[in-house]
Amino acid sequence: MASYETIMNNPKFKALVSERSSIAWALSIAMLVIYFGFILLVAYAKGFLATPLGAGVTTTYGILIGLFVIISAFILTGIYVRKANARFDDLTRQIVEESK
Amino acid sequence: MKKLSTLSAALLTAAPTAAMADAISGAVQKQATNWPAILMFLAFVLLTLGITYWAARQTKSAAQFYTAGGGITGFQNGLAIAGDYMSAASFLGISGLVYLSGYDGLIYSVGWLVGWPIVTFLIAEPLRNLGKFTFADVASFRFSQTPIRVLAAAGTLVTVAFYLIAQMVGAGKLIQLLFGMPYLYAVFIVGALMIIYVTFGGMVATTWVQIIKAVLLLGGASFMALMVLVAFGFSPEALFTKAVQVHPKAAANGVAGANPAGIMGPGSLISDPISAISLGLALMFGTAGLPHILMRFFTVADAKEARKSVFYATGFIGYFYILTFIIGFGAITLVSTNPEFLTDPAKGLAAIKGGSNMAAIHLANAVGGNVFLGFISAVAFATILAVVSGLTLAGASAISHDLYATVVKGGKANEQDEIRISKISTVVLGVIAVILGIIFENQNVAFMVGLAFSIAASCNFPVLIMSIFFRGMTTRGAVIGGFLGLASALIGVVLSPAVWVDVLGNAKGSAPIPWSNPALISMALAFGGIWLFSKLDSSARGAEDKAGFDPQYVRSQTGIGASGASAH
Repeated sequence: MASYETIMNNPKFKALVSERSSIAWALSIAMLVIYFGFILLVAYAKGFLATPLGAGVTTTYGILIGLFVIISAFILTGIYVRKANARFDDLTRQIVEESK
Repeated sequence: MKKLSTLSAALLTAAPTAAMADAISGAVQKQATNWPAILMFLAFVLLTLGITYWAARQTKSAAQFYTAGGGITGFQNGLAIAGDYMSAASFLGISGLVYLSGYDGLIYSVGWLVGWPIVTFLIAEPLRNLGKFTFADVASFRFSQTPIRVLAAAGTLVTVAFYLIAQMVGAGKLIQLLFGMPYLYAVFIVGALMIIYVTFGGMVATTWVQIIKAVLLLGGASFMALMVLVAFGFSPEALFTKAVQVHPKAAANGVAGANPAGIMGPGSLISDPISAISLGLALMFGTAGLPHILMRFFTVADAKEARKSVFYATGFIGYFYILTFIIGFGAITLVSTNPEFLTDPAKGLAAIKGGSNMAAIHLANAVGGNVFLGFISAVAFATILAVVSGLTLAGASAISHDLYATVVKGGKANEQDEIRISKISTVVLGVIAVILGIIFENQNVAFMVGLAFSIAASCNFPVLIMSIFFRGMTTRGAVIGGFLGLASALIGVVLSPAVWVDVLGNAKGSAPIPWSNPALISMALAFGGIWLFSKLDSSARGAEDKAGFDPQYVRSQTGIGASGASAH
């Protein structure tokens, strides 16, 4: 078994860590921006959220935006899982093989 | 009236109490004994006891007891996580809140969902790679064991205790209403069944109880939402239009200058920006610090399955919250307009029999008749049972694995002794839960799940995530920051209007802290405390802690050295 120093110097490990942390933090920030954007609308723009989509329509922007936040949570998670399944698992397997 | 406030309080636990108390004006109804519901619940109990018997035969090792030996698949675990999360508070409380206030219910749903992506991106895989049985395994990975284990166990037990009280009181009240059974019986039944599931079946039984319940709940809620949509020709617009026509708040609850349809936009639930942000933080990051949820990541084989399980869970939970929104609006249109479900038809929507938390239950009757009503009632009871089992297992694990095996025995505990301590702890926690359920019967427990989320977000979550990502963290920083978060969250809740005014009975407006949720401040204290006291720490132990980061980092990223699934 290779020592942790050897693994840390493995270029594949460096690639795994930098790629994963950039996508993980980017997606986390995206989720935070979407959610706290929504919360700020709730706090400061109640009127906007309660505005109907059009004349004679009952559905409001708030309903669409709320739905969008829910769906975006699922989609962002899906993006990460897809990327991780395709790329990170492969890299990890190679690193583990090379460390034996 | 008092009972109803407590029921509502217990179920809609994170909501500001004052808003809820105003909203309930139905009289207490002594329900007739509901036989279809009781029979279906008995069927659920028999099935789950059968599973417990099966699980008990294979639960021999500590790994089996705590984590089902890592033998749960990502999909199964996704259902179980969703099951842990879709509590009676979510189902009855959120649909009840939508029924009363419309859009405000959606604000809570969204907050409870958005923590999951963060868990996926930052926590799920390192957690699985570093830990074995409890999240304290991860938080204490490179630190001095005793202080961090004590901190994590304190965070776990306090979170579990508040969550449990809310669930027990909710269960008692709910069963009183649904089955026409006395409060005490209900609390005893829940306590006894949960002790049986956990002590005999461990995590295997707890997981399968949760999976079965999640499937039943998702199926039942899907059927209700479908029937509501059928009634409106699959047009949400038609559903909303009808709801605005019949809802009394549609005109009254709007914000100045806004659409008069007050149920289609934010109402009075969240008043000031600081409270809104603070609540948002607690809902989002509390998820990532709930011990019974974090424990689920150790039940799968590896980091890949852990990641998949959160993806499934996020999908199920998001779908479920969309259903509760439709169910709430369905109840506005189909329940509040039917005198059969109202105590006083002249008073309209607010006079719903049994209070707003019964909105989903009455809707079940309206769209599916008495048998479906029985089914949904039984599922609601099963939900509470499954959630308290998961909570109790998490609490018992903190006692046996973190406090007994690691702190008392210095990591050299005999495995069978550790399991025995865990089972004893389960029984003790079960008995305590029943006693607390009885003590708090007539207390307002609305703040307790909110408090559990705040503590999880302010103590468990900061210590966990900083230990995974912050190289410079030391034992001293973790302990001081963690306890700062724990203490400030507790104090912040006690001094907030929800407890200071509504529970302790002080004058309105006299609460020392005006915000309903402390998370904004307590999370800042926890993160700031961890950072500052780690920076100031120049002890030898601190140097050792920092040096431990690299080996930990390699393992958290690659899973090399991670504890694997045990043989079956």
